[in-house]
Amino acid sequence: MTASFARAQRLPNAAPVYLDYQATTPVDKRVLAEMLPWFTEKFGNPHSLSHAYGREAETAVEQARQEVAASIGAEPREIVFTSGATEANNLAIKGAARLHQPLGRDRIVTVATEHKCVLESAKAMEREGCRVTLLPVDAAGLVDLDKLAAAIDERTVIVSVMAANNEIGVLQPLAEIGALCRERGVLFHSDAAQAVGKVPIDVEAMNIDLLSISAHKLYGPKGVGALYVRRRPRARIAPLFDGGGQERALRSGTLPTPLCVGFGAAARIARAEMDEEGRRLLALRRRFLSGLVARLPEVRLNGDAERRLPGNLNVTFPGVAALDLMAACPGIAVSTGSACTAASVEPSYVLRALGLPEPLAAATLRIGLGRYTTDSEVEFAVDALVSAVRRRGASGG
Amino acid sequence: MTRVAYLDWNATAPICPEAAAATTDALALLGNASSVHRRGREARRALEAARSEVAALVGARPSEIIFTSGGTEANQLALNGVAGRRVLVSAIEHDSVRLAASGAEVVPATAEGVVDLAALDRLLAADARPALVSLMLANNETGVIQPVAAAARIAHGANALLHCDAVQGAGRLVLDHRALGADLITLSAHKLGGPQGVGALFVAEHVPLAARQTGGGQERGRRGGTENLPGIIGFGAASAAVGRRPSDGERVRRLRDRAEALLTAIAPDAPVYGRDAPRLDNTLAIGMRGVAASTQVMSLDLAGVMVSAGAACSSGKVRRSHVLEAMGVAPAAAESAIRISLGWTSSDADIEQLADAWGALYARTRASAA
Repeated sequence: MTASFARAQRLPNAAPVYLDYQATTPVDKRVLAEMLPWFTEKFGNPHSLSHAYGREAETAVEQARQEVAASIGAEPREIVFTSGATEANNLAIKGAARLHQPLGRDRIVTVATEHKCVLESAKAMEREGCRVTLLPVDAAGLVDLDKLAAAIDERTVIVSVMAANNEIGVLQPLAEIGALCRERGVLFHSDAAQAVGKVPIDVEAMNIDLLSISAHKLYGPKGVGALYVRRRPRARIAPLFDGGGQERALRSGTLPTPLCVGFGAAARIARAEMDEEGRRLLALRRRFLSGLVARLPEVRLNGDAERRLPGNLNVTFPGVAALDLMAACPGIAVSTGSACTAASVEPSYVLRALGLPEPLAAATLRIGLGRYTTDSEVEFAVDALVSAVRRRGASGG
Repeated sequence: MTRVAYLDWNATAPICPEAAAATTDALALLGNASSVHRRGREARRALEAARSEVAALVGARPSEIIFTSGGTEANQLALNGVAGRRVLVSAIEHDSVRLAASGAEVVPATAEGVVDLAALDRLLAADARPALVSLMLANNETGVIQPVAAAARIAHGANALLHCDAVQGAGRLVLDHRALGADLITLSAHKLGGPQGVGALFVAEHVPLAARQTGGGQERGRRGGTENLPGIIGFGAASAAVGRRPSDGERVRRLRDRAEALLTAIAPDAPVYGRDAPRLDNTLAIGMRGVAASTQVMSLDLAGVMVSAGAACSSGKVRRSHVLEAMGVAPAAAESAIRISLGWTSSDADIEQLADAWGALYARTRASAA
């Protein structure tokens, strides 16, 4: 019996339908197949250039670097491998601020809806004497370009605006922001962990200087990511830590060959299949939302309805606590917000920044669709949510 | 095809079967470890089981283990996360320790490659500020085992904390944080049979530590970022396998000693570094006088023998070893030193292949010199 058949039949022990693709994605089987030999028979340290095992690992890492670079229109040597997007975001913001702070450039401009690790990195620099400007967003989750332009001054070192939001999927106008930053002579960093492989990203066309990528959000493995660092004009940053001097001294430490290989394969596949996959997910998303709205007219979508990731929905069910709704739908795996803050389950600061009152923010689910989401899974999930909400209504709760 | 003799285990060890199976199985497992839903809970259980296995490796509580992306990150977290202390590092530490804290003071080493404890004592006594001392368990280039427990006693007597980079010792030496007296210990999975891309820092409960990589509050706020779950599970499996692997030290030591005997029989004037100090059973640092290390490794590589000219870092640049320099080895000799390191699959055939290739090179260079 296949897993999807088991789910469709709602067998009690079937795995829940996975609808949390913004938290993480399964490793694509094609990716896994490319990774496996690098765990076992080809185990060399990619920095051991004195022998054949090391050199074959290095060649594989460089091939992966090329594939990651190609997915964002960069050159391979502009890619610095990291342990993930969190490290890449830390490296971009702290690295840029620490290098330029002594030169009188000590201001950081970012947005209220950024990922926690961007906000925390900015906060850490505040403790080191930088000043941070947190821009608001409008009710749709978009940043206001005039406010951004007004926030940049001669002491601004870096502007950090994410490509796609991890909770509401909203796509920020990167090209416009990039043009503005280039014109004003400040570095433009974008956390593109949710965007790369899902929507087109081109660091040249968008004038991006620093860009963070995560492998496990695009069907690659956990534990690896990258920071794109522009060479012309050069984006100068300081490393977070020193050591063996790998990655052109920007990131020391042995590179994990199998993870880099998996990242490269995932980037290559995503690039080839993005258009088709995007169209398919967009259709599924629309079906999901119209299915909900048709039977529960009170639900509302958070974030811009069009300018968002094809696979993201963020839906408020007024009067229904999100945690209760999740508990009532054990057959589907969704989340209340970003996975990182989910453990503490506090009301989403992203939704609050959109102006959502706390009771509505607490009644909101993030629904993430992805590569393996099927029509029947969408139907099943809509049914499950609708009947859970109705049961709740009938019981007067 | 040439037979391959892999003798560069201090750079990286092949993944052990238990860790390979655990890691690749886990790669198929879905779910972000911090998500609240059902699959997330399965992932969290697997993460915490692995944490217990790694903790057991150093006799620690699971809550004292922070997972990182590897040894380098763990070292920098240890040296920079313990704020407000003067930092002392031994002269033979790995670059990721030596360069981690700006303004670190250096504790010299003896000619045998052992940290100078009297100098440590003096340096600590000379300055009353609370300090953090970093001393590795075993050196990556010479294999020389450091007197960590004695250094910890000296450090604690001076109100200092002790960090131990145990990347090369873990899995090869008995490793208990109480016996070592270490307040912080760095571990790397891929040096002990686990996958690359994961490491850990043991932080004793009494040590306050601030995060360096800030993010979503993972690892109880001490290391942000989605956990590399398959890597961590593989690390756990490798740690558990260390405990189950029948003690291989005796066999590896015999092979290493045989290599040393064969090579010094070929070249009686070949210096063996750290020979008179306690050494890891698997490591041999030896020089061929007058022949550059790069020439030796290239020649061995052509014969299918994989060794290194020191640490496998900084994009393959062959630099003069700071470890040998700290031992007072003359630059010319240091530049002709290579590192041979063994592990659980090493065999007599590997050693014979090494000796044949090294001997052939030796004969060629002597013939051309004659």
